Amino acid sequence: MSAKVQVQTTINNEPVEFLCEPRQSLLECLRDIVGLTGTKEGCGDGNCGSCTVKLGDRIVTSCLVLGVEAAGQSITTVEGLAHGNTLHPLQKAFLENAALQCGICTPGFLIAADALLQKHPQPTEEQTRFWLANNLCRCTGYDKIIRAVQAAAHEINANSGAAQ
Amino acid sequence: MKAFDYAAPASLPEAVGLLASQPAARLLAGGTDLLVQLRSGRKQADVVIDVKKIPELNEITLAADHSLTIGAAVPCYRLTDHPAVQAHYPALTEVASWIGGTQIQGRASLGGNLCNAAPSADSIPLLIALSASAHIAGPAGRRSVPVEAFCTAPGRNQLTPGELLVSIHIPAPPPRSGAAYLRFIPRNEMDIAVVGAGASLTLANGVIAAARLALSSVAPTPLFVPAAGDSLLGQAPTPAALEAAAQLAQAAASPISDMRGSAAYRRHLCAVMARRALELALSRAQENQ
Repeated sequence: MSAKVQVQTTINNEPVEFLCEPRQSLLECLRDIVGLTGTKEGCGDGNCGSCTVKLGDRIVTSCLVLGVEAAGQSITTVEGLAHGNTLHPLQKAFLENAALQCGICTPGFLIAADALLQKHPQPTEEQTRFWLANNLCRCTGYDKIIRAVQAAAHEINANSGAAQ
Repeated sequence: MKAFDYAAPASLPEAVGLLASQPAARLLAGGTDLLVQLRSGRKQADVVIDVKKIPELNEITLAADHSLTIGAAVPCYRLTDHPAVQAHYPALTEVASWIGGTQIQGRASLGGNLCNAAPSADSIPLLIALSASAHIAGPAGRRSVPVEAFCTAPGRNQLTPGELLVSIHIPAPPPRSGAAYLRFIPRNEMDIAVVGAGASLTLANGVIAAARLALSSVAPTPLFVPAAGDSLLGQAPTPAALEAAAQLAQAAASPISDMRGSAAYRRHLCAVMARRALELALSRAQENQ
């Protein structure tokens, strides 16, 4: 076994240090070492998007990132979306639009959709489908997910308009 | 995954030294191929050398003459989001947005796509069409090879022990030139090409002054077809001339049958995709004054 490495990161705006083996994926580090089990493992080879997290300013599949690569970087997981007991508009829209059934893919969709709305505050259906092409859902058939993302975009834009 | 050590050298000499001293090392850029291969046991490593901290491998340099140097570890999204690359290399922007999905594009690099040397690699036919070269560093110094000579067999490349890919260099596109890469996939995104075709074409005085064509997924390596481009030299850019070049591309292909399509289907697609890629390259050349 290789020597473990101390990794300093910022996770969901909190400084977090963890000790991992170089071969451990960021996904394993988040779930098994840090204890943030919101991020799910699906395929383990980058196809399904269940393990999507934000690393720096980009979304990545955390099964295809080594934990040691996250040193010095900031990470956002699904646990970082809600403010206390107030759900993120995407989480609320996923519930209201029944955009989940078994829920395994949901954390990945939420993180990916959050990144989409930061880049395109009012994405078209086509932009949404292409952006989320790396996230698979075997329950919903996607339409409800797309509708939920668009509903969340409307709500976020309406609220930011009201605040101005 | 089997245990390995991890190193992230901050300079090219340091990386070359480390690579030379570690015969069982593997280079990590975006990891979207390597980590899958290590996990499945298809590749082994005692040390994984992360090259993303080496400045030269992370740079996109668009020179005054519009030649372009892409560091081997630059992730696809940086090409897609780069306004000057979008303006001067629309085909490159497209291909970078077609490799995997959003998450993969956050990590995967064209350098990695080239080194992984898959017959189906989407970026390689376009890089060949654009006359790109691979800049390599190793214990004996630096060298450069044309991209069409870089891949030697499925999953195998030109790099000798101790060498690494530093960057991909694309010479300045001539005036009145255009390029395109098109692939056939049964879905709209996130798929591997059944057949892909990359083309570039330059016009001068109403005739074709230069043309290059390459195919993916139809041979053990991405396939450069010099005869196809050469057949167009001095010709007026007519549909018949493009079709004749596409037929030459089809004749050069040696596709296999697999889950994505039969050899006969792929052979048919070679001519279709080659012609369409030439047509798109032509229309871009006509727009570029």
